[in-house]
Amino acid sequence: MNLQVMIDALPALLGGAGLTLRLVGLALVAGFVMALGVALARLARSPFAWMPAYGFVFFFRGTPLLVQIFLVYYGLSQFAAVRASPFWVVLREPFWCALIAFSLNTAAYTAEIVRGAVQAVPRGQVEAAKAIGMSRLTRMRRIVLPQALRIGLPAYGNEVILLIKASSLASTVTLLDLTGVARTISSVNYMPVELLSMAALIYLTMTFIVTRAFKLAEHLLSGDRRQPPSLAARPGPGSGAVSPGEAK
Amino acid sequence: MTTLRMKFATLLAACGLGLAASAAQAQTQTQTLRIATEGAYPPFNFVDAKGELQGFDVEIAKALCTEMKVECTISAQAWDGIIPGLNAGQYDAIVASMSITPARLEAVNFTKPYYQAGAVLVAPKASDLAPTAESLAGKSLGVQRASTYAALIDARFPKADVRLYDKVENHNLDLVTGRIDGVVAQRIAMSKWLESDDGAAFEIKGEAMLDPEILGLGAGIAVRKDDTDLLARLDAALATIKANGVYDEINDRFFPFSMKPAD
Repeated sequence: MNLQVMIDALPALLGGAGLTLRLVGLALVAGFVMALGVALARLARSPFAWMPAYGFVFFFRGTPLLVQIFLVYYGLSQFAAVRASPFWVVLREPFWCALIAFSLNTAAYTAEIVRGAVQAVPRGQVEAAKAIGMSRLTRMRRIVLPQALRIGLPAYGNEVILLIKASSLASTVTLLDLTGVARTISSVNYMPVELLSMAALIYLTMTFIVTRAFKLAEHLLSGDRRQPPSLAARPGPGSGAVSPGEAK
Repeated sequence: MTTLRMKFATLLAACGLGLAASAAQAQTQTQTLRIATEGAYPPFNFVDAKGELQGFDVEIAKALCTEMKVECTISAQAWDGIIPGLNAGQYDAIVASMSITPARLEAVNFTKPYYQAGAVLVAPKASDLAPTAESLAGKSLGVQRASTYAALIDARFPKADVRLYDKVENHNLDLVTGRIDGVVAQRIAMSKWLESDDGAAFEIKGEAMLDPEILGLGAGIAVRKDDTDLLARLDAALATIKANGVYDEINDRFFPFSMKPAD
């Protein structure tokens, strides 16, 4: 391992990491918005709503991301009609092609997370809300969604991490993201171990920060499940044993 | 385990016998020059429908034999064992589009290069790009990552907007769609592509770039290290056919451009 090579490559790699973060960040935002729509359609009763949503999820979860990127980048550009259309301004740029593929891919996974989380909210609570006369919208806003958010959060954190790592495929469509920079430099100095280790270290840093952020969010969202600090610090008479039925 | 080891031992013994036999053969057949080629690298060397070796390498080898006034036999050998076979005395020279590299020079000697493929700039026929630094400044150029052509762009066209692709096929696709202004790649591969339907609207711009310090010296004829006499005779014959038009005549049968290296 040549440390000097690793240090020299750091500025270029961080530049590549910037592109990685831009791609992942934008894809997560676009993907999440799409996912909400897809998840709602998936939960709808009408087959005209759930069937297309099901097809979308089926395709984007069932095919490799690399294939999806190539289909958007090389596939669409094969049609003269696409090249003549106004979309070509966007589709000729590798950045937008990668962003479109990443967004659609993460939307499919996120939609499933949202759907699963909504369905995991105990039925009894929904029925109770109905019983006290809450409207469908109020029920969603006050009972279902807050709980679904907490239920889906760990799975969504996983999806964010997966997307950060999968974004390395952007280097296959000429983008100089973190992996692209590492591969390019190592193709010149023939030191792939140094460059890829350094890139791995930067990916690890990113995923570590994401992990901690989701841990914090989970903590903040589970306030009702924890004992208030004032009570924990000041145990009442007969303390020590937690009585059954009390929160842990 | 034991059977495996025994098999391995038998194999080793067989190899040893083979080597001994070929060394003995080398002693008796000093008059005939035995040349090896690969026979699987068209259009340079390949086996035709009749089972005969054909190609640019084969024709050059025959021309050299004629020039040196020696009998020649040309045989096809597997590429991965072609240098060990030479050093074991199974044949005397390799004419198989073998690039002259420092690693190979440690094992064998090479004649001067007998061809250089070089690199070319390919762009749409309608464009007025030329392989100069000024013409390509700010233009997007596709090139294969980790190839010598990427290094060539860095050296010759530092202001170009370089796009790195994993495959030649992929940068050609993007050249067709117009995502990039041109590509820099190996001349023979690109001139083949220009003959395809996709390549019809494109052409080679300007002259081929040779740059031996980046692209390598080209293909040479390999001989054993101790065979300095044969090396000198091959080099002399090569210089003669390059000068007297025999080389050009063979070249024109295979390629629409000259592969002849400068001296």
